[in-house]
Amino acid sequence: METVDNKYDLSVNIAGVTFKNPVMEGSGTFGSGMEYSEFVDLNRLGAVVTKGVANVPWPGNPTPRVCEVYGGMLNAIGLQNPGIDTFIERDLEFLKNYDTRVIVNVCGKTVEDYLEVVERLSDEAVDMLEINVSCPNVKEGAIAFGQKADALYDITSRIKKTAKQPVIMKLSPNVTDITEMARAAEAAGADALSLINTITAMKIDINRRAFALANKTGGLSGPAIKPVAVRMVYQTAQAVKIPIIGMGGIANAEDALEFIMAGASAVAVGAMNFHDPYTTVRVIDGLRDYMEKNHVGDIKELIGCVK
Amino acid sequence: MGKIRETAKVISQEMLVKDIYSMWIETDIAKGSVPGQFISVYTKSEARLLPRPISICEIREDALRIVYRIAGAGTREFSTYKAGDSIDILGPLGNGFPVSEADNSRPVLIGGGIGIPPMLELAKQLKGDKTIVVGYRDADMFLDKELEKYGRLIIATDDGSVGTKGNVMDAMAKQDISGSVIYACGPAPMLRGVKAFSEEKGIEAYISMEERMACGVGACLGCVCRTKDTDDHSKVRNARVCKDGPVFKASDIDL
Repeated sequence: METVDNKYDLSVNIAGVTFKNPVMEGSGTFGSGMEYSEFVDLNRLGAVVTKGVANVPWPGNPTPRVCEVYGGMLNAIGLQNPGIDTFIERDLEFLKNYDTRVIVNVCGKTVEDYLEVVERLSDEAVDMLEINVSCPNVKEGAIAFGQKADALYDITSRIKKTAKQPVIMKLSPNVTDITEMARAAEAAGADALSLINTITAMKIDINRRAFALANKTGGLSGPAIKPVAVRMVYQTAQAVKIPIIGMGGIANAEDALEFIMAGASAVAVGAMNFHDPYTTVRVIDGLRDYMEKNHVGDIKELIGCVK
Repeated sequence: MGKIRETAKVISQEMLVKDIYSMWIETDIAKGSVPGQFISVYTKSEARLLPRPISICEIREDALRIVYRIAGAGTREFSTYKAGDSIDILGPLGNGFPVSEADNSRPVLIGGGIGIPPMLELAKQLKGDKTIVVGYRDADMFLDKELEKYGRLIIATDDGSVGTKGNVMDAMAKQDISGSVIYACGPAPMLRGVKAFSEEKGIEAYISMEERMACGVGACLGCVCRTKDTDDHSKVRNARVCKDGPVFKASDIDL
């Protein structure tokens, strides 16, 4: 049971949506919360961010799809998902049992694919949409929209015309200048940004003399990428006015606070869910402890406090 | 019973043969465990992010036994744990073998290499007239003395130093083994052989699949295997080894 805590306000607001606390989990690391609900009370989370969903089922990439590297992991799942029909019937139905915000991550191969999913979600119990234009593991679509400013501008503005919910554009770190992408998304009407997605990487299995992943490359996540992510959140916060959800290797409240102080209004826990399924709630408890110890009444005071 | 993540206590640990270790762990996970399930074991270093999935070898009321091979830095760390040390685990995971459903009058249990350990608890729980076929690289055998208490033990070794020279399928053919149902755990080529054998003889076979895992609980979709038909959860021809498996009917899997 979580008691009402008037003394320490952990709530944040992103594009008009209020979150009870700034902690959610990173898309793709948590399914739709079903499996982790055996460990974590989903009611405690600021939001559940679902795994990417497309207009039709996607089979994803061949295995092996995951491997460990020092301080992190690589994945090349390839956005396997059951498609929007099953997702609405099963996953969104499940999430109705919980008092938490629901952010649906949307993926597609063409702009029309994205628009179809966005439209199907318009009357559903969904608080925000996170548009995945940054998955490094699928060959068509997705990343192609996230690495060119004009393509990102185009897809963002078209999605904004269709979407009934506020739109978060999830940015890729695999670009020369992330602020250029951030500005393009903001100019096209994005309500918020989330960053960073995984960093394109490779591991070679010297015993098999082969790539560790069947896809050859995969996305690096985990504590190894945190300093890169904090830097990119800071740069983006200096470049745009819309709110930012920060992520990349968050393992504890101290990590989350770095992102918040760099300019993130909320944070997401990704790969560390695999190391400890309770990471999200540990981060929430740790944030409150920090506020108490440092006499911070409102977590919003900390957002972007380091210039 | 649900899954438990806990810091458990090592009761004992011993090396069985080079690089193969046996560890007893005092844990509440034991209560809900069945043969063929596995646990996730976490290293003490955050630099090694992912849990190691290790099959359950034996189950007591308040303790589990794992028998595992040192395959890298993580399992090497586990091998240094001593009685009284703490160990971070999550389980029980996966579905396990269908001990109560199949025709277990004459079961054949097949284990290859580090696929042998789950066969011990299975052999203890099955009631019928059991044949247990195990394959090793060489004479560095493990669990063989314990397994032979529960059924007729057939041994194959790659180098021919003990039993039939070759793999478990060679031993099966040579001894003309048959039965009412097959349970198998081992490397993919062995499972392919088991699947072909079961189809040829018309015997139901349950195989325990292995794949690189991340979450271990069915959320990340890292460890999928290809199914014959569209899977109900994924809506594509992929099942999750960690959650829907690791045990599948051989006829349901594309190998």
